[in-house]
Amino acid sequence: MRSPLLRRTRIVFSTLIFICFFLVFVDFKNLIPAEYINILLFLQFIPSVIKFYNLETLAAAGFLVVLVLTLLSGRTYCSFLCPLGIGQDLFSRIGGHFKRKFRRYGFKRPFTVLRYSLLAITLIVTLIWGIYMITLLDPYSIFGRFMTYFARPAVIVINNFLAGILGKFDIYTLSNVPVKRFSLIVYFVPAAFFILVGVLSFTKGRLYCNMICPVGTLLGLLSKVSLLRIKFDEKACTRCGRCSLGCKSSCIDFLKYDVDVTRCVDCFNCINTCQDKALSFGIVKLKKKVHETDESKRKIIAGSFLLLFGLSRVSNGQQKTAPIPKKDSTVKENKTHPVCPPGGVAIEDFNKDCTACSLCISACPNGVLHPAFTQYGIAGMMQPVMDYHKSFCTYNCTICTEICPTNALHPLVLEAKKLTQLGKAIFIKDNCIVKTEKTACGACSESCPTKAVHMIPYEGNLLIPEVTDDICIGCGHCEYACPTIPYKAIFVNGNAVHVAAKKPVNVESDIKTPVEFPF
Amino acid sequence: MKRRDFLKSSVGAGMAAGAALSLGGYEKLWTSTSSAAKYDMVAVMGGNPDAMFDLGIQELGGMGTFVQKGQKVLIKPNIGWDVIPDLAANTNPLLVKRIIEHCFKAGAKEVYVFDHTIDNWVNCYRNSGIEKAAKSVGAKVVPGNSESYYHQIEIPGGIKLQSAKVHQLLLETDVFINVPILKDHNSTRMTCCLKNTMGLVWDRGYWHSNNLNQCIADYALYEKKPALNVIDCYNVMVKHGPQGVSKEDIVLMKSQILTTDWVAGDAAAAKMLGVAIEKIEYIPIAHKMGLGNMNLDSLNIKRIKM
Repeated sequence: MRSPLLRRTRIVFSTLIFICFFLVFVDFKNLIPAEYINILLFLQFIPSVIKFYNLETLAAAGFLVVLVLTLLSGRTYCSFLCPLGIGQDLFSRIGGHFKRKFRRYGFKRPFTVLRYSLLAITLIVTLIWGIYMITLLDPYSIFGRFMTYFARPAVIVINNFLAGILGKFDIYTLSNVPVKRFSLIVYFVPAAFFILVGVLSFTKGRLYCNMICPVGTLLGLLSKVSLLRIKFDEKACTRCGRCSLGCKSSCIDFLKYDVDVTRCVDCFNCINTCQDKALSFGIVKLKKKVHETDESKRKIIAGSFLLLFGLSRVSNGQQKTAPIPKKDSTVKENKTHPVCPPGGVAIEDFNKDCTACSLCISACPNGVLHPAFTQYGIAGMMQPVMDYHKSFCTYNCTICTEICPTNALHPLVLEAKKLTQLGKAIFIKDNCIVKTEKTACGACSESCPTKAVHMIPYEGNLLIPEVTDDICIGCGHCEYACPTIPYKAIFVNGNAVHVAAKKPVNVESDIKTPVEFPF
Repeated sequence: MKRRDFLKSSVGAGMAAGAALSLGGYEKLWTSTSSAAKYDMVAVMGGNPDAMFDLGIQELGGMGTFVQKGQKVLIKPNIGWDVIPDLAANTNPLLVKRIIEHCFKAGAKEVYVFDHTIDNWVNCYRNSGIEKAAKSVGAKVVPGNSESYYHQIEIPGGIKLQSAKVHQLLLETDVFINVPILKDHNSTRMTCCLKNTMGLVWDRGYWHSNNLNQCIADYALYEKKPALNVIDCYNVMVKHGPQGVSKEDIVLMKSQILTTDWVAGDAAAAKMLGVAIEKIEYIPIAHKMGLGNMNLDSLNIKRIKM
C-alpha cells in the first residue's frame, strides 16, 4: 500500500481518539456515560492486562487485540490508540513549526540497553514487589495524570471565566466549578514527566516512546515478527534521505534501505514524504540485518523545580473558606487506615492493581478523591484516597467504581455501594462544639445519610452526636461538615478491608395525619 | 419594553413604594406587617400543594400584593438534599412551580430559584425535581455552589452573626419569597422559615460553630426580609431530619402555611410538628429580638380546609 490515505486515516483516527480521551478526563459535568468511557478504555494495553489478570474474562481482553494488531502491523497501537503517543505527535508537530523548512530527525541508533533494561526492570519489579514501575511508566496512566492535574483545571478555569461573564448577563447555562486543589507534592511526578515527555517530543519526536516507554519496547519486540511493515523499493529509491529526515522515530536507515521495526510506530509520514514512491506498507521478506553502531548524542533533561511548582498553581479555584470557631480543637484524629475508594475492597489488593491513572479522581463529581501522598505508603503514591477534609462521598453515586480501567475499583451497583462500609466514623467528644461551646451544632448528624451519626440528649436542651458504627458506611459527610479546626470532632477511620454495613432499621412514627390545625 | 410601558411601570412602582414608605419607613417594604394583606397568616389543609397555594394566596389578596409589575423575584426553596420528592427533604416541586406561575401572572419580570445545597448541587437540583419544575414555567435556576456568587453583607445588631456572605440574587432581586419545607431537625429540633436562610449564605459552618440558634435568629435581622413565607407541610419529615433515611420518616399532613411573619410561621410549624416552641431555641430568641410574633393567639389567622 502506498496510498496517502494511510497517513490521513492515521491522523483523523488518532485525533478522534485523542479528543475522546481529552473529553473523558475534562468532563467536569459528568456528561459522558460510564459505558462509553469503558469502550474507550477497553484497548488501553496496561489497564487491560491488569483487569484481565484480575477478572480472567474476555470482556477485559483488550490487550489481546493489541497484541494481535501488533503481530499484524507492528506498533500501530502507538500511533492510533495511545493517547500519550498521539499527544506527543501533537507536540512534535508544534515543535516542527519552530524550525525553518522541515524538521530533520535523521536516523539514530536505538537506545537498546536503556530501553530493554527499563522493560526488564518494570517486569521484574512488577512480578516481585508490585505495581510501582507500571504506575510510573504506563503511558495511559501518565496521560491520565497530565489531564487530571493540568488540562482539567485549565479547562475549568476557562469555564469559570466564561461563567462569570455570562453570569453578568443573567445567563446561568455555565456554572462556576470549584477547581480541585491537591497538595503541592503530588504534582511533582506528573510535572516531571510532563517536562520529560514534552521536551523529548518537542525536539526529538517519538524518542520517549522508543527509549523509555515499556509498552513501546514490548510491542517493538513483538513487531520483529509482524506481517506488515514499511518497505523500500530499492530500484525506485534515489537515496534522497527525505524519509529519514522526516521520521519522528528516527528509525529509517535509507542508506541500507532499512526500517527499524522495533521503533517504527506506523505513522506513515515517510510514504507521503517519498517523492520516488519507493516506500510502501506491506508484507516484507525478512532479511539478515547487519547492525552498525552509530554515535548519537544524549541530552540530559534538566527540569526546573521552580517551573514545577509554577505549573501546579494553574488556578485560583473556589474553595470553601474554613469556618472560624472560637477555640481550636485539641484532640488529634487518630487514623489507623486511610479510606480507600468504594469498590477497592481491600486496601492491600487495591494498592496492587491501581496504576494511578487518576481517571476516578477526574470523574468524581464531589471531588472527594485525592491522589495519595503517603497515606498508603510510598507504594501507593498518587493512588486515589478519600479526603474527607476536602469533600465527602455522595450517597447516590458509583461513578469511580464504574470506570476504573484496571478493576482496582470493582464495579458496585448503587444499592450495594450504599451498604459498603469504607470505614467507621469515630466521635471525639472533647473537640465537639456542643461540649466546648455549650451550643447546638449537629452538622455531622444532619449530613449523615444513614443516621449512623445521630443526636442524643446532653446538658439542658442540648443534643450531642453519637455513632452507631454498624450502619455507618464511612462516606465522610460528618467529617466534612464538622466545623471544628484544626482537628475534627468526628472523623472516618478507614477499614483495611471494606465490609457490608447493616441496613438502617426504621419504624413509622406515631404522628398521624392531622385532621385539624393544631393552632 | 416601550418607553410608554417603562414610564407606566416605573410610575406604578414608584407610587407603590411611596405609599409603603409613607406608611412607616423603608423597612415596611420587606417586613412582616405588610399592610396590604388581610391576614397575618393563612393556613390551608386538605389539598395538593399547588391547589392549596392557589387558595391561600387568594386569601392574602393574590400575588399582586407582594409582587409588582416588572419586579425581579427570588424564590428560595429548600433544595439541600440529593433525594427524590417523595422523601420530602426538599420543598415540593409542584408548590415551587405554582408560586413561580403566580409571580409571572402578577407581572414579575424575572423569577429566580436557587439554594446553597448540602449534597452535590447538580444532583440536588435534578433529583429534587425543582430544577425541571421551575424551568418548565420560565424561572431561572441559578447555581449557588461557588463562593464567587456570594457577597459580603453586614448585620447590624447581630449578637453572634454580624456579617455574612449572601448570594448575589438576594441583593439583586426586588422581592424575596421564602419557601421552606417543614422538617424535624437533629439539633435545632425543627427547620422551617428562619433556618431556611442558611441556604442563602456561603459559610454555614460559622453558624454551626458559633451558637447555631443565635446565628439563625441574628440573620433574620438582615434588612432583606421575605415578603412572603410559604411553608410546605404536605409531606412532613417528623424524624431523622433534616435529611431523612426512608419513607417511614414522613407523615402526610397535606397542609400549607402562608405568612408574612416568619417567626409566627415557625411557631405554627412547630405546632404542626408537635414540638414545644421553647425547645426550638431560635424562635423565642427571634421573638425577643422583635423579628416577629410567636404568640399565635394574638395573630389574625385564616384557617381553610379543602
